[in-house]
Amino acid sequence: MTKNLTRRGVLKSGAVAGAGLAVPTIFTASSAAAYTNEPTGSSVTLGFNVPQTGPYAEEGLDELRAQELAVEHLNGMGDGGMMNTFSSKALKGNGILGKKVEFVTGDTQTKSDAARASAKSMIEKDGAVMINGGSSSGVAIAVQGLCQDAGVIFMAGLTHSNDTTGKDKKANGFRHFFNGYMSGAALAPVLSSAYGSDRNAYHLTADYTWGWTQQESIAAATEAMGWNTVNNVLTPLASTDFSSYITPVLNSGADVLVLNHYGGNMVNSLTNAIQFGLRDKVVNGKNFEIVVPLYSELMAAGAGKNVEGVIGSMNWNWQLTDEGTKAFVKSFGEKYGRPPSNSAHTCYVQTILYADACERAGTFNPCGVGEALEGFEFDGMGNGPTLYRAEDHQCFKDVLVMKGKENPSNEYDTLQILEVTPRAQVEYAPDHPMFAGGELGACNSGA
Amino acid sequence: MSEFILQILNGLDKGSAYALIALGLTLIFGTLGVVNFAHGALFMIGAFCSVTLSRILNASYVTIDPTQKDFLGNPLKVKSSYMESWFGPEVGGAITDWSVPLAILFSIPIMIVVGIAMERGLIKHFYKRPHADQILVTFGLAIILQELVRGFYGANPIQTPAPEALSSVAQLGGSLGLEIVYPAWRMVYFFFSLAVIGGVFAFLRFTTFGMVVRAGMADRETVGLMGINIDRRFTVMFAIAAVVAGWAGVMYAPINAPNYHMGMDFLVLSFVVVVVGGMGSLPGAVAAGFLLGILESFASWERFKIFDGLDQIIIYLVAIIILLTRPRGLMGKKGVMED
Repeated sequence: MTKNLTRRGVLKSGAVAGAGLAVPTIFTASSAAAYTNEPTGSSVTLGFNVPQTGPYAEEGLDELRAQELAVEHLNGMGDGGMMNTFSSKALKGNGILGKKVEFVTGDTQTKSDAARASAKSMIEKDGAVMINGGSSSGVAIAVQGLCQDAGVIFMAGLTHSNDTTGKDKKANGFRHFFNGYMSGAALAPVLSSAYGSDRNAYHLTADYTWGWTQQESIAAATEAMGWNTVNNVLTPLASTDFSSYITPVLNSGADVLVLNHYGGNMVNSLTNAIQFGLRDKVVNGKNFEIVVPLYSELMAAGAGKNVEGVIGSMNWNWQLTDEGTKAFVKSFGEKYGRPPSNSAHTCYVQTILYADACERAGTFNPCGVGEALEGFEFDGMGNGPTLYRAEDHQCFKDVLVMKGKENPSNEYDTLQILEVTPRAQVEYAPDHPMFAGGELGACNSGA
Repeated sequence: MSEFILQILNGLDKGSAYALIALGLTLIFGTLGVVNFAHGALFMIGAFCSVTLSRILNASYVTIDPTQKDFLGNPLKVKSSYMESWFGPEVGGAITDWSVPLAILFSIPIMIVVGIAMERGLIKHFYKRPHADQILVTFGLAIILQELVRGFYGANPIQTPAPEALSSVAQLGGSLGLEIVYPAWRMVYFFFSLAVIGGVFAFLRFTTFGMVVRAGMADRETVGLMGINIDRRFTVMFAIAAVVAGWAGVMYAPINAPNYHMGMDFLVLSFVVVVVGGMGSLPGAVAAGFLLGILESFASWERFKIFDGLDQIIIYLVAIIILLTRPRGLMGKKGVMED
């Protein structure tokens, strides 16, 4: 033994070595299992990772309601909802692959670190074989990376950033929700038709991945229609009073204000814009207009009368009249006494689609499930014929252009469907520059 | 020029909220020596007094309209306002329309009860404990209060509009030949805060009660030796501080839709305002509130934005500079919070 070898030194070295050895095994399947959390009993556990506290808690609650409903339907309880209208008939109402479906929940708090911690806990401690849900692009990208490393499937919830299936896409991650590019492609022709092609737009943009990519998408789409982008001002996510950002708009020469904000940011910035009289303003002989590219029902309810006449886009809405939507709204409405939000729809559909993919693949192995989802085309889930594209795991389907309702008859009647934009209009090439920079990589089963 | 004036107005408007909250914080610190991190929650509770009164005044009964259908195809449940059915559409509508100004009165007993309960029930047990303990316990209380509000009202912001007559924009700058429009309610908020600040100062300056409180703030022991129950007066001051914070929230409700987290959004900034103004200095708190509000407003303006996010840190940057050059803050007095 040398004189440099001390008790303290041994303890330190041991701790470091132990930690180093432990790290690679955190997300490795046990030697007996073929993949992470391979179900061996009579049940299989799904992990629902949604914001249960924090600013998006209402949205998370609605996601959770929908996921619970999906589990009921998978286990053969209730009226079956969209399983009755889904074009694939692999699901039998006896769980997934004959195993009863159980679920655990995690609270993302709409914070990336908290979301990763809750997802990790559900995978490691609860044995969740997939993670579903969430209400933020930052969170989705963070959890998607974790699930890739862990060897489980991640079905993202409400995430609208191009990056989720763009530069940050992962082989284990899938997104049913639409994205910023699709919003731009759907909105631009409607905006041009409603407000003309000679417009000057001023953008206020939330300063994070979702805001950046949505602004880029909307600006590109509207400029292609002849609009001019006067300015784009990045606003901190923590902002609550937007008056200082709104006042420069008044004398900027702009006649359209595009609010690339979501949640509380959007409610406050729209409220502030209305307070400053922008909706009643006339610039260069044209009525000033406000656009909110990404809408949600809960957000519209928060904004109240301020959304009246304001155009935006949505992934899905309960007012659609197709059979899938009617079945889901009936099922959800009878259980919870309210129509589902579009984030609820996304999480419900993703749970059903994951289960269906397992049935078709005949396994819970994430690589088998991923293969079953890649290039999968289906119908009956509320947005017409739908594709999960193999190249980037982005879902392609019709997109809704919405308008704030002038005279809502009740608290759920805040938005009206202005147009259902066909899927072909919002499609793009997998190597589109707005989605460049990342690799899907190889599927990881955790084995 | 008009943009410059608009940013000053924005700053005064933000500063109004900071000043009102900081004024209450300073009152509590100056009288009780307590660093009250639950003060932002009082601001939030005030805003929810507006929400609550608005809901009470908009209370409705349900009738079934068989000619219309709900989203499930069942006959539609139509809500009708009690106010309008009792007082007619005009009077009933006017009462509900003015729910926010009416909430100023509605909030007084609520804020007094909350303030006294907070002080007598919890904070008085920490008077002799270190400031770190006070901060921890009041911060914990703030989280409990905000979670209670979230549990009851949900996490979504709740629109609580100003009266229709005060929801328009005010045309300013006509005599200067400038085109300046500014939301009428924000002007109301500014003048309301000035009135409240003036009222608090007048109360402390011109009433016997205020004189005793000021004497107690300067030398608590001597006032006690004169047979005056200064503790009871300080409890009253806590209640007054709670009402001031509550009023700041009540009137702020139409500016930004109240949500359970709004108290936390203002709390840290208001503490910085107190420190910059000078611990225990009421005029300092008010002056620093308006000063930092204006600075924050200009830092958000693209023309003055040296880098993104400057508006988020400007208050802290200025606080550092002021505390380096004037360690007791703008109007701080020697001996306050000093060993």
